[in-house]
Formats: sequence, structure tokens, C-alpha cells
Amino acid sequence: MSEQGQNNDLELLTFRVADQEYSLDIMSVREIRGWTRTTPMPHAPDYMRGVINLRGTVLPVMDLARRLHLPSQETNDRNVIIVVNLNGTLTGLLVDAVSDIVAITEDDLQLPPDMSTDPQMSVVRSLTVIDDRMIRVLDLRAVVPAASDEVA
Amino acid sequence: MSDQNDPMAEIRASFFIECEELLEALQDGLQEMEEAEDGSEDPETINVVFRAVHSIKGGAGAFGLEALVRFAHRYETVLDEVRNGVLHPDSDAMKLFFLAADHLSDLVRACRDETPLPEETSEELLTRLDALLGDEGGAEEVAPEDFQPMGLSLGLDLPDLDAPTANHFTIRFKPEQELFATGNEPLMLLRNLCDLGTSSVRCNLADLPALEDLAPETPYIEWLIELETEAAEPEIRDVFEFVDGLCEIEITGAAPEQGPTEIAPLPEELSKALPEEAEPEAALPETLEPQVAPPPTTAGKSEERESAKDTGEARKGGAAAAKSVVRVDLERIERLVNLVGELVINQAMLSQSLDEAGLSPHSDAMNGLEEFQRLTRDIQDSVMMIRAQPVKSLFQRMSRIVREASAAVDKDVRLITEGEGTEVDKTVIERLSDPLTHMIRNAVDHGLEGAADREKAGKPRAGTVKLTAAHRSGRVIIEVADDGAGINRKRVQEIAVSKGLIPPEIQLSDSEIDNLLFLPGFSTAKTVSNLSGRGVGMDVVKTAIQSLGGRITINSEPNKGTTFSISLPLTLAVLDGMVVNVAGETLVLPLNVVVETLSLGPDDVQMLRPGHYVVRVRGGFVPLYDLGVMLGYRQQRKTEAGAIVLLIVLEDSTRAALVIDGIQDQRQVVIKGLDDSFYRAPGIAAATILGDGQIALILDPADVIAGMGHMRGADLMLSERMIANE
Repeated sequence: MSEQGQNNDLELLTFRVADQEYSLDIMSVREIRGWTRTTPMPHAPDYMRGVINLRGTVLPVMDLARRLHLPSQETNDRNVIIVVNLNGTLTGLLVDAVSDIVAITEDDLQLPPDMSTDPQMSVVRSLTVIDDRMIRVLDLRAVVPAASDEVA
Repeated sequence: MSDQNDPMAEIRASFFIECEELLEALQDGLQEMEEAEDGSEDPETINVVFRAVHSIKGGAGAFGLEALVRFAHRYETVLDEVRNGVLHPDSDAMKLFFLAADHLSDLVRACRDETPLPEETSEELLTRLDALLGDEGGAEEVAPEDFQPMGLSLGLDLPDLDAPTANHFTIRFKPEQELFATGNEPLMLLRNLCDLGTSSVRCNLADLPALEDLAPETPYIEWLIELETEAAEPEIRDVFEFVDGLCEIEITGAAPEQGPTEIAPLPEELSKALPEEAEPEAALPETLEPQVAPPPTTAGKSEERESAKDTGEARKGGAAAAKSVVRVDLERIERLVNLVGELVINQAMLSQSLDEAGLSPHSDAMNGLEEFQRLTRDIQDSVMMIRAQPVKSLFQRMSRIVREASAAVDKDVRLITEGEGTEVDKTVIERLSDPLTHMIRNAVDHGLEGAADREKAGKPRAGTVKLTAAHRSGRVIIEVADDGAGINRKRVQEIAVSKGLIPPEIQLSDSEIDNLLFLPGFSTAKTVSNLSGRGVGMDVVKTAIQSLGGRITINSEPNKGTTFSISLPLTLAVLDGMVVNVAGETLVLPLNVVVETLSLGPDDVQMLRPGHYVVRVRGGFVPLYDLGVMLGYRQQRKTEAGAIVLLIVLEDSTRAALVIDGIQDQRQVVIKGLDDSFYRAPGIAAATILGDGQIALILDPADVIAGMGHMRGADLMLSERMIANE
């Protein structure tokens, strides 16, 4: 992702989760899907919504609100699943709604203030301001847990 | 292999694939030689063995793999002596040959993976191989001068031996089409022959048809060579070694006959057309350019020119019934398998929507659908067959394990394999390797007694381990049987008690005791040998087999031996499943565990203790589990009365009753692997996609029950028994 900084241009997909605005580097987004019913996995962590059928493969879907320790909302038809690709593994992120695609430069990004006690901050890579609104840029590697730090 | 764009890397990769095949042929050959001991072996067998090593050497030379060349060369030298009948390998020598073959395959792999080469083993084996040469050679043959007449006497009816230093041979050499197809060059052979002594070569064109009838790829020419040489016949045969089977060769040591009677003059048209061959009686092969030879059409790739003829030849020799085979990238097959999976799902969706449309079952659409379903199934079976591979490679690896294991515990062990041609899904073969290795080691280490004990029991000193594979009713059965002392049940029970796995006073049947071996934390080895008993027990084997959808059972008879049987599904891609509803979710259970479905009456369920229920099934009590609760889908209900229950029996004959809400269907489902990179759900083996596009989870019943943290395996069995005794 930081490789992206070479040409100083960055496109972010912004979306809303529990009335907050977040964004992801658009290069890591594979596709956006409407909400479909998930098949829950037994005894999964609460942020695991379950799995869905993504054209014949089984896609795990994560409730981003719960993952970020935000109040989870009732799902409705306007919810979407953002399919992201992290090191070749696809994961679905359930969000309230997708807002926009914005182009910014690396210079527009600010490091978040160091508040390491806040569990949510570790997943926020940087902050930016668009139209006077603060947008959090998520660090996908921290959002999607690796097998090692999530012992089932 | 690391660099895919490098053409050299590609060639290298295919060299290593060839090597695998050659190593396989080598193993086969050695096996045959061992079986046909006391010198009665087929000379062709040793040829195959020799050529396999030789071809590996050739290819390795082309890639500059010097360590490999060096080892192969000296190995080959010894094998050559065997081939020439100078060296008669005894069983120790055969063992050494096997070791050398194992080491050769280690070297090949080390070269392929560019890992450090096990040089010390090389040296040690080479020293031993050389020792073999020295001893045997000294005993039977002293000087090469003595060797020659010996070679001749093997060689055949030579009436005429009046010139001891100059033998006279007449050689008839007629190449066949394959000789050219495999890229061999008669000129080279003739030159090599001429190097042996004074020779005159004649070309017989009698069979050459008129030009208009000439088939360009069919060789018509034969050569007659008169050779005055000090060499013996085997040396002459050596010249033709790599074209053996690709040409007609007659070597006669008698005084030259009057020459073939029908050396016809060259048809006139042809002599015009092919001026190079205009002289049928050409004195020396320098002028012989075999223009009639077709280009080497089959040698499509420019790879390994040096080794092409060797390897092609060796393969031909090795696999007599060679089928034509296509080497396909595994990824392409995976893709095909996935597509067929999609097709099956799609067909299920289609059939569901046709059902919902309320079409008459006799309508054209429904009939067509039926046909479609049949075709889909056929395609699916065919695709699965592509992935199937014979278990031979696996069994060969096991023969090596037996050799190493028996050497480590100093027991004489023979491995008998049967059903090597049995085909199983490639993934199954790969994942079977570890458990099977463990079982073989166990059989050698624990199963078989020492030689002294065996003699006391009136058995041959050498123990036998038998490895068999067979297809039986849609599954693959693999058995590991030893002819050892059988399971010492008394000791097994003592150990289980001492390890606190079972209560001391419990009475167990023989098969229940045998099954204790599969309990985690059980190991019977008195001492931890460096072979088995590394803390990895049979429970790991069992888990591995179960993860392949298989079952493992033991059968042991005192003093006769122990047999472990593994039963595996033919494929990992489809499953016969029972589709059920639980708490609003759809789940799939493997059909083979379900033995019965029941509907619970009000008095059928008894409470064992709070939260633990049993159900009475024909006089016996079976623990009852609510699937919805176990999977965390719902809270325990007050009463299970009226619920539907599946009675299941697991591999270890554990019985359990699972409460479900309803049964939908029994059908084949396509298994979709769950990406458990960040979450592995207990009790869930995989997933499948239903006709409506929804995902249903496939349960692993054994894991579900284990996941309850209540009871498992023997514990469950015992609790059942305790209940029954109450």
C-alpha cells in the first residue's frame, strides 16, 4: 500500500460503518456486493458474520462494525459487502453503505495521534480530511486477522 | 524452477520429472531382482536398472550436477558388473543397491530443490559399493584377460575360436522406425562398432521399395558388418545398448557366411534420388548418411538432447505396457474439477427452480433434466478419474520406510505390496503418506517380534509386512498387516489404566482394547525408540485418516499378527450427504455415519445428569446431543420430545443421537473447502453450495461430539456401557 505512494496518488473507497466514515485503498478492493444472507459459522468470534457463496467459492464475511467495536446495526438491504483481497485471500467486509471514491495524494494523509490504548486506532493507518469530514483509512492487515493471532 | 521465464529452468524441471520416473523404474527393477534371487533374474530387469541409473547420470551431466553424476557413475559401474554376470549380488548387496537407489533419489531431490547434498552418505555408500566390486571381482575374476573367454562362453555357440585375440563377428543391424523416432543415429552406432576393430560395412537395400512406394518414415535399410575385433560379444552388444528393442540385431561369431543372398542392386530411380546411398557396398560408414531416416518427430522439445535417447529408451524398457500419457499441469485439472463442481451446483439450482415452477414430472423439461443429471454425474466421475493416481508411488516410498525402519531396529523385514495399481485421488495419496509411514514404522517396531522370539514361535526369522490396496464398494481399502505377535491386550489395558485413560475395574471386549491404541496419549513402546514412539501416537494417524473422510480399524490375532485397515472415499470432491435443518440453518452430514432416523416419543429421553441426556434405542442407551445447541445456534430446549433424531455411528463404533429439526434430502454435494486461514470452526469439515445458492456447512460428526468437550472415543463408549449397566 505504501508502494502506492510512489506516484503520490491514492484512491480511496469511502464507506460508512455505524455512522462513522472509513476508507480503504481501492487497490485492495476486489468488488462490492449487495447484502445476502450469510451462513453462520458455529462458535465463531462475534464479528464473523458467516460465509456466503461468491460465485462458487466460500467467502468469509466479517461485520466491520463489530470488528471495530462499534455498535452493530440491524442489517438491511442497503448494506453492502466489500470484497477485499489481502495477500491473495478474499474476505468480505460488511458495511452500512459505500459513499464515494476519492482521489488524494500521500501528502493529504496524516498519521493518527498515538493513542495506543484505543484498540480501534491500531486498525486505522492514517487520517485524512475530505470536505471537512474526517475519514479514517483502515489498515487491512490489522482488520483481517491472521491465523496466528486468532487462535480458534 | 524458481524462474519460470527461464527456458533452461523449464527443461531442468522436466529433467527432474523424468528422474522421478526413472527412480521409480529403478525401484521396480531392484524389487524384481530381489524377488528373483539366486541369480535367476531376467537379464532385462538388470538392464532396466542399469539404464535408469545411466539415464539419470546422463541428464545430470547435461545440467552440470556433478555430485549426482559422480554417485550415479560409480553406482552404475557396479550395476554394470552385475549386468555382465561378473557380480552376483547376494541379499546384502541387494540391500546396498536399495540404499544406493534411495540415496540417488535423495541426491536428485537435493539437486532439484538446491538444498545441500548429503555428501557423507555418498562417500560411505560409494565405499561400500566399491568394496562390493573389489571382493566379488577378486573372487570370480582376476584379470581382464581371463574375463574375455568367460564372456564368450556365456555368449554363445561359437564354433570358431581359432583366433583367440581376434574374434570375427558378423552383425546384422536393421533399425526400426522407433529408432529414428527416438532420435538415434545409426551412423554413430556404426562408428562405435568400427572403433572396436577392423570392420567392413555393407548396406543391404533389398527391402527398399521403388520411390513411389517409399514411405518416408519407414526405414528399409539394414547394414551388415564384418568385424574383426578383440572385443567379446557383450561389448558389441553394449554398442547397441540404447537402441535395444528399437532395431533387429543379429550377432554371429561364426566365419562370415556368404553374405546375405539377396543384396539387390539399388533400384535405379532411387539411386538417382539418393545419390549418397548409391553404393550399396560402401566400405566404411563415413559415407553413410541415413537419409531415409525420418526426423525425430516425437522429440518435440529441444530439451536434453544428450539424455533424450537414454531416457526415452529406459522408459520403454521400464514400462513394457507403456500407455500413452499426457502430462498436464495440476492447476488445469483443478480448474476443471472446480468447473464441474459449479456445473453440479448449477444443475441443482436448475432442478430446484423447475420443481418450484410446478412442472409435471413427465414434461419434456423434467425428462431433459434427468438426462442432464445423469450426464453431470458421468462428467463428474470422469473428471475425478483424471485426478486419480495409482498408489504405487506411495507404496514405493513405504518400501524405503521399511528398509530404514528395519535397519534401525535391527530386524529382518520383508515388505510385500499388493494392488499397487489401485487408483486414488491425488490429494488422498499425498495426505496418506504421513499416517502410512507412521503405521509402517509401528508395524516394524512394535508389530513384529525380534528374530529370536519369532523362531521360538515357529515363524520364519524374517518378519513380513504386507501393504495392500484395493477398491471395495466405492471406497479404497488400504491395509497394513504384519505377521507379528498381535496386540498384547493385557499390556494395552494396563497401560491405559496406568495413564488414567480408563478406570481400572472396567471390563473391555478385545476390539475395545484394540481401539484404546487410538486414544490420545497412548503409546505402548516400553522405551522411546528413535523410530516410533516420538509422542506421535496412533491418534494422530486416526485424525489424519478421518480428515480425509476415512475410517481406520484394527484386527489383531495373538501370534498371527495385526492388520490395520484404512477405508477411504475415492474422492475428496463430492460427498454423499444427508441434508438436514437445524435451528433455521441447513447442514449436511456425511451419509455414511447415519444409521437410523428416529422420532422421539415423550418417554424416550432420559436425563443422565443435568444437561446430559440419553435416548433409549432398542434397549441400549445412546448419548443425545442437540445439534442446534452444540453449534451454538440455540439454547437447550426444555424437552426434546417430538424432535427428530439421527442415530450415528462413528469409525470407532461410538454411537450418538443428534437432535435435528428436519430432514430435507439425501444427495451428493460438492465439497467446498473452507478457507480456515483465520477461523477454523470446530465440528465443521467443509461447506457446500445448495441449489438455492446458499452455503450449507458439512459437519464432521466426530469433531462435533469431541468439540462438546464431554466425551470422546473410548470414554464415550465406556459411559455408554456404564449407563447400560446401571
